[in-house]
Amino acid sequence: MERIPILRMGPFLLVTIQVDMHDRLALTLQDDLMTQIRDTSARGVLIDISALDMVDSFIGRMIGNIAAMARVLDAETVVTGMQPAVAITLVELGLSLPGVRTALDVERGMALLTQGRDPQGQRGRRAR
Amino acid sequence: MVVERVDHLPLRTDEDLVRARQAVREAAVALGFSLVDQTKIVTAASELARNTIRHGGGGDMQVERLRDGRRSGVRLTFVDQGAGIPDIEQALRDGYTTGGGLGLGLGGARRLMSDLSISSRPAEGTTIVAVRWRQ
Repeated sequence: MERIPILRMGPFLLVTIQVDMHDRLALTLQDDLMTQIRDTSARGVLIDISALDMVDSFIGRMIGNIAAMARVLDAETVVTGMQPAVAITLVELGLSLPGVRTALDVERGMALLTQGRDPQGQRGRRAR
Repeated sequence: MVVERVDHLPLRTDEDLVRARQAVREAAVALGFSLVDQTKIVTAASELARNTIRHGGGGDMQVERLRDGRRSGVRLTFVDQGAGIPDIEQALRDGYTTGGGLGLGLGGARRLMSDLSISSRPAEGTTIVAVRWRQ
């Protein structure tokens, strides 16, 4: 079965989504990530979506779910590299990904995760 | 108004949904839509195509490239023979869902397109026509 690879880097898990994601693949990724967080005691998850040219409500919901589930498993999630056209469309669609931390690129995203735990009230802010 | 090209695609599986997005992207690029507009049109198509597959029990999509004087546009038609939408106003409202989703599909697609019309009959199916013109 087709799967999106999950890389381990120290206490973090890295995912780069580079395919036009169909719904089943998104759900498989969600399950695989949760299993890996448990198996590796990961403290953070970075999902790079710079190659995605579209995020609809299903994929948006999947990203939100991953962040929420990871938090319950004591891991932070950062989504990086969202294309401006995708961001504009997502908000117009009615989805602003509340509770999902974002960063402009992988480097800034890693910096966010390395800085450690998310202070209260900082959720959803973007790394500068 | 002139229809310059028509493409038909089946909507039954997840893979069909991916192909539908690609076909709509191709049409939007060919018609000269900006990157932001392409993204909006493809996203709207994805929402509507998923509805056809999940709620309509499958169906098909027609992609038309339109020319009207100096204006160009894309018209997407989604047809299914499913259960139909009993209350269209309610279905268009954000947050209303029967499928456990976010309920943003129809209302969101309407915001992303210039025009969206729905006709539906119980037990006969639903037809949704969405148009976006290039400014």
